[in-house]
Amino acid sequence: MSYFEFLGQYGDRIASGTLITMALTVLSALLAVAIAVAAGLMRMAPNMAVRGFATVYIEIFRGTSLLVQLYWIFFVLPLFGITLEKFTAGFVAVGMNLGAYGAELVRGAILSVPKGQWEAALALNMSPAKRMIRVILPQAVLIMLPSWGNLLIELLKGTALVALISVADLMFQVKQINGTTFMSAESFGTALIIYYVLARFMITPFMRWLERVMMRKMGRA
Amino acid sequence: MFDWRWDFTFEILPRLIVATGNTLLAAGLGYAIAVVLGLVFALAQRTPFRPLTMVVREAVEFIRSTPLVLQIFFVFYVGPQFGIRLSPWTAGMIAIGLHYAAYLSEVYRGGLESVPKGQWEAAKSLNLSTARTYFRVILPQALPPSLAGMGNYLVGIFKDTPMLSVIGVAELMHTANAIGSETYRFLEPFTLVGIIFLCISLPTAALIRVFETWVRRKLGLG
Repeated sequence: MSYFEFLGQYGDRIASGTLITMALTVLSALLAVAIAVAAGLMRMAPNMAVRGFATVYIEIFRGTSLLVQLYWIFFVLPLFGITLEKFTAGFVAVGMNLGAYGAELVRGAILSVPKGQWEAALALNMSPAKRMIRVILPQAVLIMLPSWGNLLIELLKGTALVALISVADLMFQVKQINGTTFMSAESFGTALIIYYVLARFMITPFMRWLERVMMRKMGRA
Repeated sequence: MFDWRWDFTFEILPRLIVATGNTLLAAGLGYAIAVVLGLVFALAQRTPFRPLTMVVREAVEFIRSTPLVLQIFFVFYVGPQFGIRLSPWTAGMIAIGLHYAAYLSEVYRGGLESVPKGQWEAAKSLNLSTARTYFRVILPQALPPSLAGMGNYLVGIFKDTPMLSVIGVAELMHTANAIGSETYRFLEPFTLVGIIFLCISLPTAALIRVFETWVRRKLGLG
């Protein structure tokens, strides 16, 4: 079977897998951003309990493997009465894992906003919430966007693991195709190229665009 | 807690500890490959021969932006198609070593670029050969700034070894999975795996930070 025949026969399965991978990436990215902002801010809270909770969360998710977390969420959580459907378990695991890494980015970015900005907001008698939302966070976003580009590529790569709990993503489809055809170079090779294209020609340009938009919004273009 | 069984925990603990040895071995071997190969990748990108630098640059980008688990499958299954049979360990070490070599080459690249230009000029005016310049002048100065990144990836490679379970390397995750399917109990093995990972990666990360400050002080960098 030539490569073109291979694509003709298995093209739709690869395409449907790619769509699932993209959906997983978007959903887990949204979750990761939400968790990162929440945990990053909690990490700096004056309340010890809140700070401790965020620290424990971040250390646990950064200290163990994504695969371990995925299996734990999928196989162990049901024993506690929380049963997640495999697709949900997949993006929740990826989102929670990368969210922990993102939290450190958020914290680092907020800390690197110049001190004068905090003082100026204080001098203008802004409430802490308003100061954070109107003054500090927008500048922090600008600082951390380039690192988020790398993190999103890590996230895309992380979604490949959900194939191991049989979510029908790209990785899962090519594994199945390889199992029936034994055309390993073609099936796994195609998937490698698709992941590469998604990372370099979709995520990276999207992040560059977002950086430009944010810069313009902040009047720094 | 729920139906956590301590007798079962102690029954499976020895098996998991043996498997932890395999996990550490895999991480160590993979890291050794990555440290050397990463340096080769980094230096190859600095040769004046353009086609080579471009090919290596693209290869590094490619490896960095595709999933490790897919690369492991690729290395393991593509060989037999062309008559090369690799054992799970060999395939796993090649895949994980290559993956982290790509990451480490970026770390080295940053370190190499941080060496001031004057050092090159000084070595040149002393008529040192290129090899001598690299080994005696440039690399010793490029390594300290690379240490933090290298340490992060040491912990990173350790945390990525569970992916080797997909091709049957008998490391921690593989063993936990086996115990789970033999006994239909997943709570204890998977939780223990998580705890073992935490017990190793958190202290290692702390030790690396201590080592880094020690090296910096030794070299008089503050």
